[in-house]
Amino acid sequence: MTEIEVPYQETIGVRHPRSWITRYWFSQDHKVIAVQYGVTAIAVGLVALVLSGLMRIQIGFPGLLPFITPDVYYQAVTMHGMIMVIFLLTAFLLGAFGNFCVPLMLGARDMVFPFVNMLSYHVYLLSVVVLMASYFVPGGPTGAGWTLYPPQAILPGTPGVDWGIVTMLLSLIIFVVAFTMGGLNYITTILQARTRGMTLMRMPLTVWGIMMATVLGLLAFPALFVSGVMMLLDKLVGTSFFMPAIVSFGQPLEHSGGSPLLFQHLFWFFGHPEVYIVALPAFGVVSELISVHSRKNIFGYRMMVWALVAIGALSFVVWAHHMYVAGMHPYFGFFFATTTLIIAVPTAIKVYNWVLTLWKANIKLTVPMLFALAFILTFVVGGLSGLFLGNVIIDVPLSDTYFVVAHFHMVMGVAPILVIFGGIYHWYPKLTGRMLNNTLGQLHFWVTFLGTYAIYYPMHYLGFIGVPRRYYANGMESDFYPESAATLNEFITIAALVVGLMQFVFVYNLIASYFRGKAAGSNPWEATTLEWQTPNTPPSHGNWGDTLPTVHRWAYDYSVPDEDQDFIPQNVEHT
Amino acid sequence: MKTISEARGTLVTTLADDWGSDIATLKGVPWGKVMMWVFLVSDTFIFTCFLVGYMSVRMSTIEPWPNPSEVFALHAFGVSVPLLLIAIMTFILISSSGTMAMAVNMGYQRRKKAATNLILVTALLGAMFVGMQAFEWSKLILDEGVRPWTNPFGAPQFGAVFFMVTGFHGLHVSAGVIYLLTIAFRIRRGKYDESDFEIVEISGLYWHFVDLVWVFIFALFYLW
Repeated sequence: MTEIEVPYQETIGVRHPRSWITRYWFSQDHKVIAVQYGVTAIAVGLVALVLSGLMRIQIGFPGLLPFITPDVYYQAVTMHGMIMVIFLLTAFLLGAFGNFCVPLMLGARDMVFPFVNMLSYHVYLLSVVVLMASYFVPGGPTGAGWTLYPPQAILPGTPGVDWGIVTMLLSLIIFVVAFTMGGLNYITTILQARTRGMTLMRMPLTVWGIMMATVLGLLAFPALFVSGVMMLLDKLVGTSFFMPAIVSFGQPLEHSGGSPLLFQHLFWFFGHPEVYIVALPAFGVVSELISVHSRKNIFGYRMMVWALVAIGALSFVVWAHHMYVAGMHPYFGFFFATTTLIIAVPTAIKVYNWVLTLWKANIKLTVPMLFALAFILTFVVGGLSGLFLGNVIIDVPLSDTYFVVAHFHMVMGVAPILVIFGGIYHWYPKLTGRMLNNTLGQLHFWVTFLGTYAIYYPMHYLGFIGVPRRYYANGMESDFYPESAATLNEFITIAALVVGLMQFVFVYNLIASYFRGKAAGSNPWEATTLEWQTPNTPPSHGNWGDTLPTVHRWAYDYSVPDEDQDFIPQNVEHT
Repeated sequence: MKTISEARGTLVTTLADDWGSDIATLKGVPWGKVMMWVFLVSDTFIFTCFLVGYMSVRMSTIEPWPNPSEVFALHAFGVSVPLLLIAIMTFILISSSGTMAMAVNMGYQRRKKAATNLILVTALLGAMFVGMQAFEWSKLILDEGVRPWTNPFGAPQFGAVFFMVTGFHGLHVSAGVIYLLTIAFRIRRGKYDESDFEIVEISGLYWHFVDLVWVFIFALFYLW
């Protein structure tokens, strides 16, 4: 096919905004939208961080802060989980990295539909506002736990049953709308708006990761949307989708004939791909960081791409491994355990390839690289405990203990957030033209990395001795714990508070370096991908001058033998 | 001469090379069309989840499911005709897909006037469908006493899923009517004069999708 020689985006200019409002608030520039997504996600993430601190204080030092009542505690558990998974991780990895990287890395001027992209952010902002409104409605936010299992989520006795659950569900429904608008844009841009020479197999792995995650999102978020709508109807209209005949506080309720398990299926049909919606962009970004900062091409690029695709496909047939304790036919348990363990194969391929990329490489221990290395370690630890939990017979006794908390925080909490940090340290120079402070960065890294191990390693042990998760206080039933459980909880709490405080140093670094950071130049890491080859730093609106760049090679030409410099940008011709 | 397996190999590699080549994976396909297709795939999952939820509560409920031939019967000329109204509604919606397809054809022939009129006819048929759905709903609610939480015919989940799923579909049709009217208005204003009028096909994709979903809802709610 040779009819299309000129990328369509080259023939149309971008419409430059005239006023401050259209430039910085209702901006249609993908870079501004990325920053908006990023800042909102970080802000709401700090709220969730403070909530986790409150929870840890109650667990480590019960009764130290008298205002943490059981209701406040359960509300904190719920809001912390939901904010971190949806409104921070998903929104940051896809909203911020997705918006920033996709057009720049593909050599496009912008997303294909900038207006829809702008709407996407503002709908996301609305969903955050509705979520945060939970704290200002009568009764406060819902305390149902982030999984929002009915019937307990909408029955008296759960905090926030009057208003909190409604704002939570509305906020999720709005978020799905926002995500859909963004996701349609990413996929169409990646498929249809690449520059000359940018074939699919020359795309940086970051773009592959974002694309696969977006596909997963577009197919998985519908289940969340539908379960949200049905639960809202159960709560507000009095239908019985999820509500069986039930006696509450001695009174039989009007409901009958619904299926609570239906909600669990719908929720986890969304919930498990959601893990990979967070993980796949992180895989992509970390591949980028490792290759750039070890000055070596990524090992097994094609395998990396196919592993992303395979993980994405498999992630839709494993969801019921979250429901072993809900009870299911043994054959189903067998099926879901098998598929769950099979996912370890493409995931292990990725880990091996990262390690083989590092093999005999010229590793530069920059801050982004430290975070990338920390990601590999953390992800392996969290992934291995996942192999335990994927087996029915091991999962059943460990379910709802701190082992599970440790597992999913390691694998989908800490690991992606380390990549987010690494990515921020990596791309901040391109975004602002200034480097982040290295000393603060090193401090932030070591405290966060070692601190998270101090927090989550002991939790595995707590889980093994049977300490249940989500408990406000341990009563008489907990007499069988050894004394050390309480001591460990105190230790974990102190570690968590230190790590939490360190994140404010990171935020300070982000702000201070914007004004006083060292000038970065256009390509401080000497990277090959297109975002570092823009004519201006920070890239101007429209990214490229009159002509889009032409790509001549793949994204990972590092340390090519017999070349003068150890990297060859993608837009340099073969000689 | 190539053997069959060689030819097949060439076909696959050529396809892969085309899709994987630079600039655009789907050559010559407008951005909006790609975006609409991706959106429709996502929307398919929404309706699938709704319908699976419907099947699931139909299995979990303890009371017998109402007989659709009785619930949806209409008294016309003194006899009770099962599914009369819904047959008319289905006929109207399927016909609107026909007029939409004709509009797409007229669009590609650059016959703006004909295309606009056919889109308007499609929107009118869609509006009729929504109107008849409103009539059906009001009959069920006011005359028969069907509510989302209870109904006189049997399982309370019947009303719940019926109103939820047909309501969600009705919202899609209503949104489609507004979308089509907007497109017709913009075509008349000359907004697409420099294009190939693929916008008619894009909006048509959405309209056909809404129709197709109706076929499933019709089969699963009225015939099952």
